[in-house]
Amino acid sequence: MSALPEQTALSASDFKSDYRPVWCPGCGHYSVLSSLTKALAELAVRREDIAVISGIGCSSRIPAYTNLYGFHSVHGRALAVATGLKVARPDLLVIVAGGDGDGYSIGGNHFIHACRRNVDMTYIVMDNQVYGMTKGQASPTTPADWDKSKLTPHGTGVSPFHPLAVALAAGANFIARCFAGDPNGTARVITEAVRHPGFSMVQVLSPCVTYQPEQREWKNTVRKADIVTTSEADLAARWLMADDGLSTGVMYKGHRPVYRPELEETASVADLEKWFAV
Amino acid sequence: MSAETVSIAITGAGGAGVMTAAQMVLNAAARTGLYGLMARSTGPQIRGGEAAAFIRLGAKPVNCLDNRFDVMVSLDWLNVERFAAEIPLDAASLIVCDADAGPPPSRIVASGAQFVTLPLQQTVKSLPGGRLNMLGLGVLAAILGVPDDAITVVVEKALRKRGQAVLDAGLAGVTAGRSLVEGLDVGRFHLQGASTAARTDRWSVSGNEMAGLGAVRGGIRFVAAYPITPATEILEWLAPNLEKVGGVLVQAEDELASINMIIGASFGGTPSLTATSGPGLALMMEAIGLSVASETPIVVVNVMRGGPSTGIPTKSEQSDLNIALYGLHGDAPHIVTAANSISDCLFTTQWSVHLAEQLQAPVITLTDQSLGQSRAVIDRPADISFFSKRETFAAAAATPYQRYAITGSGVSAMAIPGTPGGEYVADGLEHSVTGRPSSGAEDHGEQLAKRARKLEDLDYGQYWAEIEGEGPLAVVTWGSCAGPVREAAELARAAGMDLRVISLRLLAPAQTDRLEQALAGVERLLVVEQSHSRQFYRYLRAFYDLPGEIRVFSRPGPLPIRSSEVLQHIQSWS
Ligand SMILES: Cc1ncc(C[n+]2csc(CCOP(=O)(O)OP(=O)(O)O)c2C)c(N)n1
Ligand code: SF4
Ligand SMILES: [Mg+2]
Repeated sequence: MSALPEQTALSASDFKSDYRPVWCPGCGHYSVLSSLTKALAELAVRREDIAVISGIGCSSRIPAYTNLYGFHSVHGRALAVATGLKVARPDLLVIVAGGDGDGYSIGGNHFIHACRRNVDMTYIVMDNQVYGMTKGQASPTTPADWDKSKLTPHGTGVSPFHPLAVALAAGANFIARCFAGDPNGTARVITEAVRHPGFSMVQVLSPCVTYQPEQREWKNTVRKADIVTTSEADLAARWLMADDGLSTGVMYKGHRPVYRPELEETASVADLEKWFAV
Repeated sequence: MSAETVSIAITGAGGAGVMTAAQMVLNAAARTGLYGLMARSTGPQIRGGEAAAFIRLGAKPVNCLDNRFDVMVSLDWLNVERFAAEIPLDAASLIVCDADAGPPPSRIVASGAQFVTLPLQQTVKSLPGGRLNMLGLGVLAAILGVPDDAITVVVEKALRKRGQAVLDAGLAGVTAGRSLVEGLDVGRFHLQGASTAARTDRWSVSGNEMAGLGAVRGGIRFVAAYPITPATEILEWLAPNLEKVGGVLVQAEDELASINMIIGASFGGTPSLTATSGPGLALMMEAIGLSVASETPIVVVNVMRGGPSTGIPTKSEQSDLNIALYGLHGDAPHIVTAANSISDCLFTTQWSVHLAEQLQAPVITLTDQSLGQSRAVIDRPADISFFSKRETFAAAAATPYQRYAITGSGVSAMAIPGTPGGEYVADGLEHSVTGRPSSGAEDHGEQLAKRARKLEDLDYGQYWAEIEGEGPLAVVTWGSCAGPVREAAELARAAGMDLRVISLRLLAPAQTDRLEQALAGVERLLVVEQSHSRQFYRYLRAFYDLPGEIRVFSRPGPLPIRSSEVLQHIQSWS
């Protein structure tokens, strides 16, 4: 994050709108909303300089629950919208938020290339290993034998993928996992992610109590990772591939070059036109 | 040779430099005061294969290719037959070919054209660093009577950066080519440039470059790009040039990304554009709907090629009209414009940017391969600027800001991130005036009507169409077909006929009253277009009450619509 004009004395609630979320009672996404607004209060950036960009899904509803500039775009394309915004307006703080279906499945190509491009923004994926909004289908992080969906009554038969390992391999500059059950910890990690230059990937395990009620168990099984943050991608990769996906913490903070084209005028349109003269 | 123009085809193996030589001929002729047009035809090969360049020069601006060729310079006969249908020759034509190239294809011989064989390959071999296309350039310069100094300047401009040796070899090739033609009777192909206009007042341009310039002139400062034939040159022109004027081009991972990137950049307040062709446009449709619903201005330039699917990527066709008009889901009012000449790619793109920004809506601008990838020598286009800008929200007012307020014009002030008090969420979900998601009947009705009204109520002024002439017969056309139609109309008028030509630039929203007025008194109406399913004719039938008897001349690509064919339709009806 580059230096933005500071705003003091805003609390987390100053970043929330007065709309009542459409989410089910107990949904993990409420807690992610709180963590985000806490982080923004901590970052002390002026409200008008922040934009929250999302796709479609329960989680992607989040921009309207803030009182910031936001874009609730189309399914899977949040990262593309955010990339255009940040490249054209490097002065803004850009947060992208959405779900596992939105980000890893329909938006999978953008996910890879956003990591690779390494534009300075923070991507928060509320991962509940399910498509909540369309009433409970398997996503790319759903276990292969999960047979609760009418669409895949025998389970998907397809292994889930490792979003953080993919992000690391693709070139993301900051990689972390959080748990919605630990809103303060999540807020701290989001703050750190925003401060770190380049593309920051924050996976938040965010239970879908309606279609993945087993995830209520996460409060007993999710634990702090037994690692210290590394800047060495090979170490982080080995750790990520060995992990069961339930450890939280900041796994990687890299020094990869950030994509930030200069926007500087060096010629007029009339200068360009000279080239056409015979 | 038709009237005051001369037409030349140059063919050769891909990589032989046919296009380079042709462009040099065009630019050199331009330096002598001539106008001209250069079209290209290539096979599916990426490199190699066969390439043909078609040039038509004239003392007046050239609208389209001629119906026949005066001269064909064939550097070899490899696969030339593939182009035979595109190169109509007759007994008055001259064919220059290589003595060692073997017998010419029977179809070419059958034309009855006069053959001249020259020792092209043999001469090239005798020149150190000699290139066949430079020799061909010399041959052509001599046939067309383009003076040495004009050719030299153009060759120097093109080759100097490749070093003195390459430049010297090039110039030696030109000289050798010239001397091969000595003694041939070619005076009938010499044209005199009528104008002595200053060289800065004549431009040599492609339609794709003009679309790029129109974008920049219109204020576009963000472009997202995914390469596709035949639109890539717009993006390649923009990449270095946009950067100079303080803008930026991002190469996206696909068209889904490029269209959504420009929506994001435009949300941030930067006028934004992308360019693509049929398959890319198909991928962009969902997001263009997002631009409609969220009222985020964007411009998509679609350079049409043969479809459906991958179709014929290197050839022109006007068959993306339907998807441009009707491809969006839901009731999604948007603007569709079309350029009707190479130089008009500039105006139409610039105007499209203006309309998008003023109306906070997406514009799909249609051009096609034959406009985009052809070059023309034109008069320097006038500087046009449109004064109205995107209406933005200035600062915290007494009343709370409503992004989608219902206004008289249908346009409501857009807050740009960074503006305090304007915070709102742009949304593809239906919403209330504040932007709050809503599935209520009243909000839906109001917002649908607002988005339709802002487009329908705008006065588009005189730009909606190009209209010329008077008379009971009207030819209604659009896009690249306007070129041959204009030429046919000129010939018909010269033969004493009265007729009008109407070429639509604004296709959506339909200008019903205006077209009906322009057609008042018409008894016979000829529709000319380049599609198989008569997309333009069906569009006209859907939106306008057409007077009189109607005929349609429609044919799909890849062969161009020729002015002689249009003229035949006009004359056979009189
Ligand atoms: C192009 C398109 N295809 C399908 C959908 C339907 N759809 C809406 S949300 C969604 C999945 C959302 O899942 P996720 O991103 O994991 O979010 P969650 O609801 O779980 O928070 C789908 C498939 C859509 N809106 N657009
Ligand atoms: S369906 Fe699941 S993800 Fe969606 S709101 Fe309900 S609990 Fe949350
Ligand atoms: Mg999900």
